Amino acid sequence: MKLPMLAAGLLALVLGSAAQAEEKPVLTVYTYDSFASKWGPGPEVKTAFEKTCGCTLKFVTAGDGAALLSRIRLEGKRTKADVVIGLDTSLTAAAHKTGLFAAHASLPKLDMPVKWTDPTFVPFDWGWFAFVYDKTKVKNVPHSFEELAKSNLKVVIEDPRSSTPGLGLLLWVKKVYGDKAGAMWKSLAHNIVTVTPGWDQAYGMFLKGEADMVLSYTTSPAYHINVEHDDSKGAALFDKGNYMEVEVAGKIAGTKHPKLANAFMHFITTEAFQKLIPTTNWMYPVIKLSTPLPKGFDEYRPKISLLYPSAEVPKIKDKALAEWRDALSQ
Amino acid sequence: MARRAQPVGRYAGGATALGLVALTLGTLGAVAWRAGSAGGLTGGLGPADWAALRFTLLQAGLSAALSVALAVPVARALARRWFFGRRALIALMGAPFILPVIVAVLGLLAVFGRGGILNAGLAALGLAPLSIYGLHGVILGNVFFNLPLAVRLILQGWLSIPAERFRLAAALGFAPAEIARQIERPMLREIVPGAALAIFLICLTSFAIALTLGGGPRATTIELAIYQAFRFDFDLGHAATLAALQFAISGAAMLLALRLTLPQASAAGLDRPVERWDAASPWLRAQDAVLTTLAALFLLTPLALIVTQGLPTLLTLPGIVWTSALNSLVVALASAGLATAAALALALAITGPRPALYEAAGMLPLATSPLVLGTGLFLILNPVVDPSRLALAVTALSNAAVALPFGLRALVPALREVEASHGRLADALGMQGLARLRLLILPRLRRPLGFSMGLAAALSMGDLGVVTLFAPPEGGTLPLQLYRLMGAYRMNDAAGAALLLLILSFALFWIFDRGGRADAEA
Amino acid sequence: MLKLENLRLTQGDWTLEADLGLPAGTRCALIGPSGAGKSTLLGAIAGFVPPARGRILWQGQDLGSQAPGARPVSILFQDNNLFPHLTTAQNVGLGLRPNLRLTADEHARVAEALARTGLQDFGARKPAALSGGQQSRVALARALLRARPLLLLDEPFAALGPALRAEMLDLVARICAETGATLLMVSHDPGDACRIADQTIVVADGRAAPPEPTEALFADPPEALRRYLGEG
Repeated sequence: MKLPMLAAGLLALVLGSAAQAEEKPVLTVYTYDSFASKWGPGPEVKTAFEKTCGCTLKFVTAGDGAALLSRIRLEGKRTKADVVIGLDTSLTAAAHKTGLFAAHASLPKLDMPVKWTDPTFVPFDWGWFAFVYDKTKVKNVPHSFEELAKSNLKVVIEDPRSSTPGLGLLLWVKKVYGDKAGAMWKSLAHNIVTVTPGWDQAYGMFLKGEADMVLSYTTSPAYHINVEHDDSKGAALFDKGNYMEVEVAGKIAGTKHPKLANAFMHFITTEAFQKLIPTTNWMYPVIKLSTPLPKGFDEYRPKISLLYPSAEVPKIKDKALAEWRDALSQ
Repeated sequence: MARRAQPVGRYAGGATALGLVALTLGTLGAVAWRAGSAGGLTGGLGPADWAALRFTLLQAGLSAALSVALAVPVARALARRWFFGRRALIALMGAPFILPVIVAVLGLLAVFGRGGILNAGLAALGLAPLSIYGLHGVILGNVFFNLPLAVRLILQGWLSIPAERFRLAAALGFAPAEIARQIERPMLREIVPGAALAIFLICLTSFAIALTLGGGPRATTIELAIYQAFRFDFDLGHAATLAALQFAISGAAMLLALRLTLPQASAAGLDRPVERWDAASPWLRAQDAVLTTLAALFLLTPLALIVTQGLPTLLTLPGIVWTSALNSLVVALASAGLATAAALALALAITGPRPALYEAAGMLPLATSPLVLGTGLFLILNPVVDPSRLALAVTALSNAAVALPFGLRALVPALREVEASHGRLADALGMQGLARLRLLILPRLRRPLGFSMGLAAALSMGDLGVVTLFAPPEGGTLPLQLYRLMGAYRMNDAAGAALLLLILSFALFWIFDRGGRADAEA
Repeated sequence: MLKLENLRLTQGDWTLEADLGLPAGTRCALIGPSGAGKSTLLGAIAGFVPPARGRILWQGQDLGSQAPGARPVSILFQDNNLFPHLTTAQNVGLGLRPNLRLTADEHARVAEALARTGLQDFGARKPAALSGGQQSRVALARALLRARPLLLLDEPFAALGPALRAEMLDLVARICAETGATLLMVSHDPGDACRIADQTIVVADGRAAPPEPTEALFADPPEALRRYLGEG
């Protein structure tokens, strides 16, 4: 039994990360896991920002946007975050209510389908939710939830209680159908193969052929085109519009590095940051870039963009969830 | 035996029990306390919660019953037959139990899903496709996960029947029905309730399988309701209430099974078939062959598909996946050491006076919601130390807690046996405390210790655990990296990472399990 | 002197009473029907069975508060007298130190004890590689090293053939002579008792009778012993 050795190894593991000497000021940025991962924008954002700030940028991650907000709420005023990046418009009202975030400075001209008026949070990317399909299999692409409900197409969706796209779809149906959202969910029930806890399971199942369509983003086909040189995926644009997700960053009011935090908040809407977004987060940048967007980004642009003002989200989401659950539980 | 004082066991066991209580009920308490200080407990349970409770009990109960019902004939077939590759088959059939949920679900779908090979076969025959989604899918998934555990526990029961008893039965000319009544049923009565309880408790806290295969929100379990309370409603009080409800159900289930002997997880040699004189009829042979084949197909086909889908990318995985695999290995080894040391300490206490308290403490982790445990730990540690420094250590700790109950099941009966056979001799020679541990207990418990180490390492390897709540370092763990790959659209690399995970989990289990057996003479 | 003072042992409905003394240096057999409590009596002296009443004294000292390993007692059980995972030398070495951390001098004493019991070539073997007689010798070698004043034998040689058993009893007699130990051994066989024991205690009908000279006892057995011996 090599227990002492294991214990020593574990101790080294714990202390190892504590031992790094850090002389430069450290800007602590909380974000969701995939932002900071090797395939997200994080690593390059860090390199680019550190070139100019004379600081060290440290990412601290939580699972996803909602987990990120939970973590900030759990930490409260004691949070070590200087900046939080990765909340979205379904969370900003709740985030604002914590009183932990400071107002942002003036923003450059934004390139988004909706007017941005939030005084606290700065958008760093955005996109539309859409049902993604395999062009070789789906010939009659639905242009509305009604058409989808009439078809025999099978879709896999995410659970709004545990996933961001799932919540987006919930708000989308609610936005379009209002009081009739529950009835729409009922008529969609036969299309829904299953509901997964997160986007990754849903998308994985779609790629394995478990469903004809999956709830994802209009930019999903662009990944397959640009990375896998596979043009077989499409995104369904709905006549009554597709719901948007806008991802945002906010500065913690009590930051000990206000100058660095301001610099980072500014950096977010510059070209150096924004040009990383399309091929890492596979979302749209919030400013017009000097270079064209990757192939596939311009192919799937819905004519109508749907988005609840963030302050309304907390008021409707419980009711919308109840309708969803009741309709799909029968 | 009041005078057989074992202070080492008592103190370490007491400390372990306290640690487990702190880790399970303590973290729940931390969440509840925080909820209270953040604006009142909103503890009331709504209709949706009761629906979740009903579904949780239904799926856990059916899954436990079915797993055990299927495991009995399979274990009997394995117990009374010898065939080439039997040992390897038994080992491989245990693999689903240590698979990460997401990998297992994708493997199952590759067989039973809409695009799976089963439906492809049905279509080729011109038959209508079968849908896996629904309550039956949830149960299929749970049985896939837990049948290996049930088979292992029950097979152990069969092999613990002394061969002399079968010899006596043969001498008396017993038919298979009489053997079943006189010899096998008493054993099953002792083993089955405990095995069913263990599986029931495991299924109680599952949610990814239930949701994904359940086909929608009607398949909401309490664990998912806790998830919702945390992240959709940010209602810590509600989360704490639901977690307490989960403990209450587990407690009730344990009380129900209180008078029944808990089963011993497999420690002794499973590679020894029992010689049987009654089972030679061609009909029984065929029956056993069919059962074994079906069970093997059910458990191994998804595994085989995980292997074939992962092979193309296995060797070209990005470097960071290997880094994370290394992190996971360190965590798994630490977790295995911790789980086994703690299980041993608890087992020593359980074989002493007042075992019930220690037994209960040892079962607590099974009833714990991982989300509550992680959040509670975060709340406790955050004021004291930067949680991100502790990410891997805390992951190792929580993974160890999850694995402990299984190690305990292997160690307690073995320890009882050691004390029964050699305890007096050690007492007579004055072997106490550490000397007794070093010279008697550790050498005699090599097999169950190896089994416990292997199982804990494998479970830790595949468990996402609480790492995401604690801001993992650069590489993260392998399961986390698997999710990251999927989150970045890289499904092919994810398949390779899943295979790597499967290989490492299984290898860890195999090495420790065999290591415990190597030259462990009688 | 070993004194069982007003002693009562109980297990459920079963009881055994003893009130007797055995002078130091005696070699005494315990004889009686199975289930009468011979092993239980040895277990009580060794510290495994707490008395319901009465005291056990050795040289005037009450043993009641002492743990089994601390008592002036070596005991050989019916089986499991050796640890199967330890070598012969280790099994014997436990007689000197229960944690096996032996000095060079103690190692030499172990080797000597092995030689004296004819096991000089078997020190590195594990019990499974020894014959039944050899295993008995290992246990006796350990008792020799422990050199406790009381040696209790709970039929450790029952599985051996008559010749081997006689050989072991001779070895026991030698050890007792060397160490001056008082011997208390359970026996089923009057021959064994006569061979080695100068005194015999009859255990029957819930009572351990005071020791009597073995030869005289067998020459004119009391009622209980007669029934046991089957002499009507």
